[in-house]
Amino acid sequence: MTLLRHLAVAIAVAAILCLISVQLGSYRDYQMAEVAAYVAAVAGLTVLIGLSGQISIGNGAFMAVGGYGGALLMIHLNWPLELVFLASVVIAAVSGAIFGVAAARLRGPYLAGATLMLAVALPTLADQYTGVFGGDQGLSVSINTPGFLGATFPPTRWLAWVTCAAALIVLVLLANLGRSRIGRSWRAIRDDEVAASLAGLNVARLQILAFVVSAACAGLGGALLAVVSGIVAPGAYTLTLSIGLLTAAVLGGLGSLLGAVWGSLILVLVPSYLTNVAASHGLSGAASSSVPIAAYGVVLIIVMLVFPAGIQGGLRRLFGPAAPAAAVPLNALRRRRPASEQQEEGLHENVT
Amino acid sequence: MRTSHRSKLTAVAGIAAVALLAAACGSSGSSSPSSSSSLTASAPGITATTITIGSHQPLTGVAAPGYDEIAPASNAYFQYVNAHGGIYGRKIVYKYLNDQYDPTITSTVVHQLVLQDNVYAIFNGLGTPTHLAVVKYLNSSKVPDVFVASGCECWDNPSAYPETFGWQLDYVREGKILGAYIKQHFAGKKIGYFYQDDEFGMDGVKGLNYEIPKSQVVASESYNPTVTNVAPQVTALKAAGAQVVVSFSVPAFTALLRLNSLKLNFNPQLVVSSVGSDPITLAGLLESFAKQGGATVSGNALTQGIITDGYLPSLGDTSNSWIALFTKIHNQYIPKLPMDGNVLYGMSAAYTFVQAMLKAGRNPTRQDLVNAINKGMPQGVAVAPYAYSSGDHNGITGGYMAVIKNGALVATGPVQVTDTSPTGAITTYTGGQPAAPASGIPSP
Amino acid sequence: MQEFIEFGLGGIGIGMIYAAIALSLVLIWRGTRVLNYSQGGMAMFTTYVAWEVISKTGNYWLGFVLALAAGLILGAVLERTVVRPTIGKSPLNSVIVTIGLLIFLEGLAGIIYGGQYRSFPAAYSVRGLRIGSFSLGISSNDLFTAAAVLAAALILALVFRYTTVGLRLRATAFNSGVARLLGIRIGRVLTLGWALAGLFGALAGVLVTPTTFLYPNSMDSIFVLGFTAAVIGGLDSPVGAVVGGVLLGVVLSYAGGYIGNDLVLVYGLVVLALVLMVRPSGLFSSAAARRV
Repeated sequence: MTLLRHLAVAIAVAAILCLISVQLGSYRDYQMAEVAAYVAAVAGLTVLIGLSGQISIGNGAFMAVGGYGGALLMIHLNWPLELVFLASVVIAAVSGAIFGVAAARLRGPYLAGATLMLAVALPTLADQYTGVFGGDQGLSVSINTPGFLGATFPPTRWLAWVTCAAALIVLVLLANLGRSRIGRSWRAIRDDEVAASLAGLNVARLQILAFVVSAACAGLGGALLAVVSGIVAPGAYTLTLSIGLLTAAVLGGLGSLLGAVWGSLILVLVPSYLTNVAASHGLSGAASSSVPIAAYGVVLIIVMLVFPAGIQGGLRRLFGPAAPAAAVPLNALRRRRPASEQQEEGLHENVT
Repeated sequence: MRTSHRSKLTAVAGIAAVALLAAACGSSGSSSPSSSSSLTASAPGITATTITIGSHQPLTGVAAPGYDEIAPASNAYFQYVNAHGGIYGRKIVYKYLNDQYDPTITSTVVHQLVLQDNVYAIFNGLGTPTHLAVVKYLNSSKVPDVFVASGCECWDNPSAYPETFGWQLDYVREGKILGAYIKQHFAGKKIGYFYQDDEFGMDGVKGLNYEIPKSQVVASESYNPTVTNVAPQVTALKAAGAQVVVSFSVPAFTALLRLNSLKLNFNPQLVVSSVGSDPITLAGLLESFAKQGGATVSGNALTQGIITDGYLPSLGDTSNSWIALFTKIHNQYIPKLPMDGNVLYGMSAAYTFVQAMLKAGRNPTRQDLVNAINKGMPQGVAVAPYAYSSGDHNGITGGYMAVIKNGALVATGPVQVTDTSPTGAITTYTGGQPAAPASGIPSP
Repeated sequence: MQEFIEFGLGGIGIGMIYAAIALSLVLIWRGTRVLNYSQGGMAMFTTYVAWEVISKTGNYWLGFVLALAAGLILGAVLERTVVRPTIGKSPLNSVIVTIGLLIFLEGLAGIIYGGQYRSFPAAYSVRGLRIGSFSLGISSNDLFTAAAVLAAALILALVFRYTTVGLRLRATAFNSGVARLLGIRIGRVLTLGWALAGLFGALAGVLVTPTTFLYPNSMDSIFVLGFTAAVIGGLDSPVGAVVGGVLLGVVLSYAGGYIGNDLVLVYGLVVLALVLMVRPSGLFSSAAARRV
């Protein structure tokens, strides 16, 4: 039943997005495609952090894996798009499993440190094996608008359709996962690891599974973003990307799929908005290009301080029970540390 | 043919307009031969009064230092042109957006420039991985993509990328010219390579290897621009006994090479690519350390004797008409920026663009600009001619060898030109360099 | 043989720089349980302060001292205004706030100073030292850096273990509820912790910047490696920060020198992975996990 309900919602949203994409201009369609690509990746990350309680500042690396995997398949094997996306999900999931196994015993800032180093180091592999990965120049990716849409169909609108469809599929699957036994097990581990273990849950396996899921989503997001931007190159998978995903997940509302959408919208729209505002005030010259950067930092701080539970949490507070249904109940947004780190919880008052 | 027919019509229309004006206003002081009624919105980005062009540049981030001066310098030249009549009366509006050297952001801003800001052309897009993200899109959307700010060979692809043109001396040619010099002047010495691990360094090394005999190369060390510790590389170069180190590095890493050599008491002859050898930038980076040596000398002391190449006139040659022109424009429009190699680069590229736009005609379409460049461009600021033709989209074809003396480039040889093939000869170019136009604006 | 020594000493030299960053991260973590992602940005900003002073007065040590003072003040101000509201909420909130701080500080530096490289002086000569004609691969400045970092680590360790201030810091981090009941002014302790971290960060910035050149993003890559060093050593241990930094520096130096430098960051990842697989909380971790 849950699956049917989620599917119905998804189809309704798809129809609305379709209409919107026709109304918006070509450039806004491009931005919509970008948002959709990020939603796929951020949704996976918010599930990892919000539901299973593990942190990752390195999902950009899994986006790189998915992006490069997809690009190589497209270039060398000429697979159709759906297969390419599926393959990039699988490849990224495998890499997530490898990392998850290696990092299974890490918690808190140590896990953060490991994922940080992964994010920084993995793209440099592309610089090394230049024959395969194209080195610093990267690999060019392009898709063609299918013939049945006609020759005058704007390419960016097709990009928007493809990416939004993929993102919606991801959201439906994650929503179901969140309501399933696995989702409940993740929450149990997040809230009290020792108790969960005593209750018979295989903590390590579930945590690895969470990493696999978030890596798979990031891989799809990477493939989508590659198709949208037209290139996979090491320079596209910087630490800034991983930080951006984390920011989007937290600002949107941890554990909330709708929060992933808010966060992705912020990630794509706010920087260009700030740049346009700065430009319209006639700021020119080299120094003023930093104004939108500084302003973005301020925005992050203010949003985080004003909405401590993320935007989705803030919306729930404002609108009460009538708020848009998130995939996760309210108290899941308040993340508590596993018991093995109880001693570090001193600063955080536990309000039941 | 078409151009002369149009200018005849324009002249007739202009005279008629003037006659009408004179009749209507009695004695009016205006005596312009053409009125703006002959200027039309002939292409996206062109109105009767403006030409809007766009670019993507790293204005912030780790790639920004130095490169963030190029677009403001180009803009300064455009403003100078605008103040002196513009291009056939139209003012150039230059929208350059920050892509932080991230190809994903490059794609976003270029889509914005083309789809939302409706620019006429993309000018001087900076960076190889960044521009590669958008070159297919620009060509399929038939947007002129002129004078890419990167020395990659990849812009020379008229069949796949007819809208795209390079400009600067490409890295393979540069490697060949440097390599030939080393082969001639350092025969029998041990050579070490120090290069950035992207296409800039690798293309440069490719060119070097076309000229320098393999037996002479004792070490080849690459560096990643995000890791500032190059001590291991320099130690390895020293351990291999390199007597000459050829460096395809950006200025910061040339400076780091020099600093680490100081630390290791390693003193090879440095031969550096023009990308990383701007004397003013280098001296600025090294000046704090020159003071530590004991005696108080300026940062120039640490750059003295570095061998390099150049394809634009030397900033130290103040009698050069181009340097005089650009210094004047710099002092007027961008006095806060240092007058260094990046500013010279930006203004030179902008000058070339104005040349091309003037050739494209009074009411150009996008194709007119491409055709204008395909017909070949007259030599401007560069010391060597351009390669532009319908079959070749490479820009400057050669440069001169120089040495840094007292903080400025001093030419040590004639201008040499070559091609990008492994066996293409390197020949001396005797055509000289035209003087800058007195008005500072190219003639149509 | 010569290069073996040069790789080794050079590795220790750069490792001390990673240790400097690691120390300030350890201080903030051990004292306030916040992962300060803007540590590098704060260090960059205070180094600009030093640069201003040095270029106006020509006096290096004046700039050095004023940078440390600026770090103290900056840390305290940031804690009171921006970080305090995040205490008590999800720990990721403070991470995001510090990320926003980093972006803001880098943008602010870009606005005030522009993006270009500026040369920052070293305290002592950067020419290599030699014994006879044998080059050691380090300079007197490297020795000064190492001495400064070791002194800082020692002071930090002593403060934490033997002083009341250190005890209060550790108690607040351990269990702020109980600490409050014992009469500790939590707010003041937090501010002090951040102020001290700002001081140590400023020290790191001044020591590092000669070799990275000063520009708004100058501390980005050093921060990543410094954070890695802190994790390797254990985020609770100042000694671990130094050991982690030196270990990382030396391994990267030898691996880069003998194998190749393209994958130097991958080697760093390998070192981190190896250490964490054996000791999931770093080399000098003391926390005993409750395992079932």
